[in-house]
Amino acid sequence: MSEAVSALQGAVSEGFARVKETGLRGMITLRCDLASGALAKALKAVLGAKVPGQRRIVDGAGGRVAWMSPDELLILCAHDRAQAMVGELAAALGREHALVVNVSDARAVFAVSGTGAREVLAKLAPVDLSDEAFQPGEIRRTRLAQVPAAFWINQDGRFEIVCFRSVAQYVFDILKVSAEPGGEIGVLT
Amino acid sequence: MLILECPYCGVTAEETELHAEGEAHLKRFGPGSDDAAFEGYLFMRENPKGVHFERWRHSNGCGKFFHAARCTMTLQVFGTYPAQTLEPPQDIRDRISAVYPGWRWRDFA
Ligand SMILES: [Zn+2]
Repeated sequence: MSEAVSALQGAVSEGFARVKETGLRGMITLRCDLASGALAKALKAVLGAKVPGQRRIVDGAGGRVAWMSPDELLILCAHDRAQAMVGELAAALGREHALVVNVSDARAVFAVSGTGAREVLAKLAPVDLSDEAFQPGEIRRTRLAQVPAAFWINQDGRFEIVCFRSVAQYVFDILKVSAEPGGEIGVLT
Repeated sequence: MLILECPYCGVTAEETELHAEGEAHLKRFGPGSDDAAFEGYLFMRENPKGVHFERWRHSNGCGKFFHAARCTMTLQVFGTYPAQTLEPPQDIRDRISAVYPGWRWRDFA
């Protein structure tokens, strides 16, 4: 197999917050009835994770599981584990009506960290990013300027953003502009 | 700016996260229907100044279609409800009646 390369190969921009393309990440789309017992068993067996509730992102030993819609989950794992995990999940789901697809190389992942990280996102997305409104454990699918994206915030205040690989350069550029020194608003910490 | 709550993911989404998808509760007339019914299904749309029922899609979000009841004149939103609904739920009709007693929209009242 050819050598896998992430969209922007770890590009970094230092502004009042730091923007980084985080490199290769395993991502699996799983669509099925989220209330099914077979799904709960499969996630527990393969990832050690529970089925997340509406708009939640949960941790397991083998990766993270995010709620994308009433019939869709996104699983985040190590890039070199994704293909094998697709097989394990499909086998664990057995005859359950489900779709499990490795989408790792169709996506890009960014991290935004630093004191103004909330403001960098707030300038690009129609989302209330105040401390009271947006907390770790939630995933928000929305748009960043003109393209769809999803993000969540980690316990350490670092945002992670997932978008389509085809718009990776665009997303990097708007995050970079949003984090440019002098552009601090000073409202969200 | 319209703000609608997506009934699937619970997000209070502003208009730019959504896509308007035309009139709600259209009944499809396909092969075998007469010309007038087919024409009505394809082309005839309500364009009210007042109470209206629309389809929207949470396009920059969970991706699901849903229904919304709102007033096109005041932009008041009476509520949103899932796409798998053949007619507006009673609580939304009651909310409309409180503002516009005697309202009518196609066969709904
Ligand atoms: Zn939604």
